[in-house]
Amino acid sequence: MTHTEVHITDYRVYGWVLFALLVLTTITITITWIDLSALTVLVALVIASVKSFIVLRYFMHLKFESRLFTVFVVMVLTLYLLVIVLTFFDYLLR
Amino acid sequence: MDVHRDDIGARLGMWIFIFTEILLFGGLFLVYAVMRNRYSDEFHQAAHQLNAFIGTLNTVVLLLSSATVAMSITAVQKGEKRKGVMLLFITLVCAGIFLFNKYLEWGHKISIGLYPGSELMIGLKHGYILFFSLYFFMTGLHMLHLVIGSIILTIVMVKVQIGSITQGKYTLLENGGLYWHLVDLIWIFLFPLLYLIT
Repeated sequence: MTHTEVHITDYRVYGWVLFALLVLTTITITITWIDLSALTVLVALVIASVKSFIVLRYFMHLKFESRLFTVFVVMVLTLYLLVIVLTFFDYLLR
Repeated sequence: MDVHRDDIGARLGMWIFIFTEILLFGGLFLVYAVMRNRYSDEFHQAAHQLNAFIGTLNTVVLLLSSATVAMSITAVQKGEKRKGVMLLFITLVCAGIFLFNKYLEWGHKISIGLYPGSELMIGLKHGYILFFSLYFFMTGLHMLHLVIGSIILTIVMVKVQIGSITQGKYTLLENGGLYWHLVDLIWIFLFPLLYLIT
């Protein structure tokens, strides 16, 4: 049985990732203090998405996993977004 | 003869389960999105009842716990057993802090009579009822996942300590970590949508 090289992520990488996540959290909070009404939600969601991307890629190891895993994740998220879009098509046009 | 192992398959299985969880919480977020659109003023007002400071603290604590559980995998991969156990323990402490905060939040609301089905709640305007119902249901379901994740990580921590999980065999740790990151991911979206819409 072949044994592929296991990628061991350095502790420091996780440290930097945590730092980035905390910075993004701070940005989210300060930005929501500024009232941009409808845009505030969008900005908060965009930042949350960036945080999720970082968690998926580094903490959940997608960067070092077979590409297939990333493809699956993208497929599921696309499906979910499609459900949201379709629901809103219905709801907004009632 | 070696027992057949399929570590990649095991991880893939965990990911597939995670997909079902994404769709589960995703459905709730969808309900939130539609209701918020319909009752935006009332959602905005109702959110004032939530303590953004505790919410922020919980966010930080959960992010830290994700980092420590990821680091525990590195430790086990390097054969640094003690460090691995230590990091998992810190992860569990973070979970405990999160749960304690939630106890404070929910405890306060319940003590003033604000909980699903209470007389106070039923007497509120419709948009308020929706917000608080979503708040209790979504944070409650999230909390349940957090507790389950904590139990799993406790088992994993013990297994690392007694040598059931080793440098050569740690897929259970990886999968436990993946589940924990899911708990973190859900909160990453819950936090701004519930706490920061004031």
